[in-house]
Parts: sequence; C-alpha cells; structure tokens
Amino acid sequence: MSQGKRRSRGGIPSSADDVAGNGLLNRRALLGGGLAFASAASAATVTGAAAEPLKDAPWSLETGAVTPVLQTPSRFEKNVVRTLSNPNNEMRTSHARTPHHLLDGTVTPNSLHFTINHSGIPDIDPAQHKLVIHGMVKQPLVFTLDTLSRYPLVTRMAFLECGGNSGAMFSNEPVQATAQGLHGLVSNAEWTGVPLSILLDEAGVDRSAKWLIAEGADSLALHRSVPVKKAYEDALVAIYQNGERLMPGNGYPMRLLLPGYQGNMNVKFLRRIKVVNEPAMSYYEARTYSQILPGGKAYRFHFLQEVKSFITNPSFGQALKGPGYYGISGIAYSGNGRIAKVMVSADGGTSWAEAALQEPVLPKAFTRFRMPWRWDGQPVVLQSRASDDAGNTQPTRAEFVAVRGQTKKPVASANAFPNQHYNGPTSWGVASDGSIKHVYA
Amino acid sequence: MSMRNVLIATAAAVLALGAAYAAETPNLGQPIAEADVAAWDIAALPSGVGLPVGSGNAVEGAKVYAAKCAACHGDEGKGGPIVRAPLFGGPPLTEGIDVRKTIGNFWGHATTLFDFTRRAMPFNQPRTLTADEIYATTAYLLYLNKIIGENDVIDAKTLPQVKMPNRDNFIIRFPDKI
Repeated sequence: MSQGKRRSRGGIPSSADDVAGNGLLNRRALLGGGLAFASAASAATVTGAAAEPLKDAPWSLETGAVTPVLQTPSRFEKNVVRTLSNPNNEMRTSHARTPHHLLDGTVTPNSLHFTINHSGIPDIDPAQHKLVIHGMVKQPLVFTLDTLSRYPLVTRMAFLECGGNSGAMFSNEPVQATAQGLHGLVSNAEWTGVPLSILLDEAGVDRSAKWLIAEGADSLALHRSVPVKKAYEDALVAIYQNGERLMPGNGYPMRLLLPGYQGNMNVKFLRRIKVVNEPAMSYYEARTYSQILPGGKAYRFHFLQEVKSFITNPSFGQALKGPGYYGISGIAYSGNGRIAKVMVSADGGTSWAEAALQEPVLPKAFTRFRMPWRWDGQPVVLQSRASDDAGNTQPTRAEFVAVRGQTKKPVASANAFPNQHYNGPTSWGVASDGSIKHVYA
Repeated sequence: MSMRNVLIATAAAVLALGAAYAAETPNLGQPIAEADVAAWDIAALPSGVGLPVGSGNAVEGAKVYAAKCAACHGDEGKGGPIVRAPLFGGPPLTEGIDVRKTIGNFWGHATTLFDFTRRAMPFNQPRTLTADEIYATTAYLLYLNKIIGENDVIDAKTLPQVKMPNRDNFIIRFPDKI
C-alpha cells in the first residue's frame, strides 16, 4: 500500500493537492478550509449558466400540514426503505436490509435498522414478559421490564451485524447490488440497558461456569451459547434503542447486546439465561453460523465481527453527474474496538490516501469516513480498507479468498448466503458515463 | 415449613446473597425455585444434560414424521413444498464452501437434532411433540442419514453417544474468547 503516491493519467500532471491516484484529495480539505480546500474547490470546473432568479414556492405561501404524534419521513423519501427477503411471511426466515446507500452519518434510524426474524415477530406484552436467570447460580431470579427499568442503566453506541452479512461477496463473480443489498445486514444504534454482569452477580453465578445459554421468547425459542467472559466484559440486557423502547423486530421488550459479536448471538425477546458448563451446540451455532472452509473443515464459535468498511457514497445504484468534485464517504467498524484508520483508493488499490474519520470514533460502533475527490471523468475503481486499534486491517479480497474461499459458480442473488463473515473490501467501478458497477479489485 | 416461613427463609437467603455478591446493586429479581423454571428449561446439551425421560426408534419415528413433518419437509425427508432441501445426504464438505449442510455431512452433535425438533418443530406448532415423539423423530432422521440402524433405540442415554460423521471437523475460531 503506497500512501500518498501520486499518479498521473495520460501525461496530465496531477494537482498539488492530490494525495493518491485518480484525484483523491488531501483530507485536510474537509477539516475547515485552508489552502488545500480553496485549491480543491477552485480546481472543480463550474459549468452551465447562472442560477434562475429566486421566488417563493407554493409551500412557502400556505399554512403547512398538521403535526403528527409520530413523525415519519417526507413523502419525497419513500424510496428510503428496507428491502425484504420474505414480504409475505412464509414459513422461513425474514431479512430486512438497511439502505446504507441512502443514509449518512452513523446512527441507523430505528425504522431502518436491519432485522432478521426466523419465525416472524412475536407480539409480546411487556407487562407479562419475564427474564429468568438460572442454572449454576445460588438463587434463580426472575426480572421484568419494570424491574430492569429501575436499575442504573448504561448507554452506548454499538453496531450489530449478522454473521451472514455480505454473504454475496463470496461469489466468484461480483453480484450487482447496492450497498443495501450486499451489506444491509449491519446497522448501528445507541443502546441502553442493564449490564448483564450485575444481574448474574445478583443471582450468584458460579464463576467456574464458562457458558451461558441465552434464549428468546419467539416461537423457535432461539438460543445461543455465550461465553461468561463476554457477559463480564460489556454485555447488556438492552431495553432502549436510540432512546425509545426496542423495535419489535429488534427484540422488544428486551434483548441481549454483545457489542462486536455476531448478530444472532444478541438474542432477542430475551426470556432465559441459563448458566452452564458446556456450550449448547444449538442449531444456530452448530449448524447455521458455522462456516465451511476450503478443504472441508468448518469454523465454530466465530464470535467476532471483524474490522470492515465499505463506501456508501458513491456506490452501486447511484450515478455521477459529470466530472468534478465529489465527497466519498462510507462506514467502518470493528468488533475488536475502535477504527484507527481508513484508507481509500480510487485506482483499485494501486495507491491509497487516508480518509478523515468523523468524531467521535467509538469502540464497536460505526465510524463515518470521508474523502474529498475530484473525478476527471475517466473510469476509476473506488475501494476502502479499514484498520482497528487492536492492530487488525481488512484483508484484500485476494487475501480473504485465499483463506476463506469463494464459490465455484456465480451467486445468483444478493439474498444468498454461500458463506459468512466476509470482511474483505468492496470495490465500485465508476465508468466514464458516471454509472457504477460492483467490481472485484 | 409454613408458607410464611418459606418466604422469610427465601428473603433471608436473598439478603445474604445481596451482601455476598452485590452489596451495591438493586437486587430487584424475584426468587424462583429451579423446579419452577422447568417448562422453559428445554435445552438439550451434548453431554445429555436436559434430555427428558422417553425413547423411540426410526420405525416409530417414520410414523411421527409422516404425520407431523412431511407436509413441509416432504415424504421420507426428501424435501417438500415448504422446505425443499432434503433432510439427509449432501455433498462432501470438501466440494465447496457453499455446499448444503445436512445432519449427515455437517452436524457435530445428535443432541442438536433433538433440541431443535423439541423447541422449534413443527414450525407452526412448536413444543407440541411428546418426548417419545421427539426421540422417535430424531432416530428416524439419524437413520435416514445412515448414522444409526432402523431399530436402534434413542433415549437420554444413547443419544449423546451417537457419533456424528462430521464431529471432529470443527475449528473453534476464537478460543481465547471462551
């Protein structure tokens, strides 16, 4: 990776502000002006006639609409919705993907947070819901939403990512889909809840026990084994999501939150925690979320969602409207901690420049990265690679495939899950007409 | 012991626990006897912990399967209108990272099969099968996968001893996190 390496195309000298090939600009251009920004701005070509004279629009000349009790987005934003894999609630899993290519910032609105429900969404009366902690404890205890709400609560940002997110990236040919289609099974929210360690201590957990079985109140009674170690690190029983009670599809009225760990382990509709001394080998951990490796062995207990990033803007489904200045931005996150650095390339990984990271950079949460860019109208390949503060860097796709493999035939749909835990890069190929394709680079 | 004395004793135990384990925390949990958790305590672990009394074999299981499972999974586990993938077979895992995972080619523990059937099946009528029906269905699916014989009896003692073909092919990805 050659940071700051300049490249010119066709003998045209690169600008003094270029920090990597194909027009990536110094990120200081984003940090409040100075020469770099002035220069970058002036370098963009202003085209076309002057703007029309301004006048009042109809909506500025009449009283507006009634104020609703619950706000919904503007009618002009109707395309900003989740995509559904099972809209008719047939007897199979339902996935709803977050539209990353239509969002910015770091917080996923609750209405757009991804959900996966394996047997529909249970209609739980919070007044009757119970959470029991039992097994290898001195005294089994039952908690209600009311009693948990009286505990000293903790608030933190955390991303949640399905272990199968980005599954289509295992295809041997790039699947043409948006960032929503490819990576829509990750979202980021502010979660508020009770540290699980407090509840375990109150029950008097036998500290020789290594495992918890966490189980939901859904019709499958979905259960996962969780190391006691994680419970004492940072696990929460979450009861608020972005300031309001959990969305039904996200586990109302309470869910387990294991920051940085595979989504399915963050058991929703949490009703039972049993302290045990062996893992349950549940269907979802022993079968669904165990990954076949090249050669025929398989990973088990792939707890961590490892360091990852992808560009959301520009990306597939959008089109550039001619040469000039564009802000590249995307999402980076790591289950190991904070994002330390995101590198961006516009020439398919030949040269790289460091992106600006939007503060605050929080552990196990989305970090928004931004990179100023002046497109010269020629074909380019945009790509990002993130590093975390634990010293991990996203592998290149070639490095990833060398260890984890890829399919022998192209994957037919972004909804397919040929394998799991892809954390290589995503590349967007911009053609000279401004159209964008998903490519491998 | 009278009910009142039980309550006093329980309260005293909880107070003692609070002092020993969580002097500064709210202690708002309501004590419950382990026996009263039984209806929810349905996880069957690889060691056999959690398996109920009962038994069944594949011959009996074929009847339960035809009545309760075939509508979705098809006759004799061959795949049906709702779940198209057969419940047995599957290519060797060496054929690709995306091969279909089955009981025979992938599952490491027979207890997983009992557990998932017990908690989640039939999909639209979960937790309606008797222990004998679950043992018999488990035996039938193990038989279809050529792991046990048609008349082998599956119960709390024999189920954990079933050696699944793929049992030893797993790598714990993050052992330091356990």
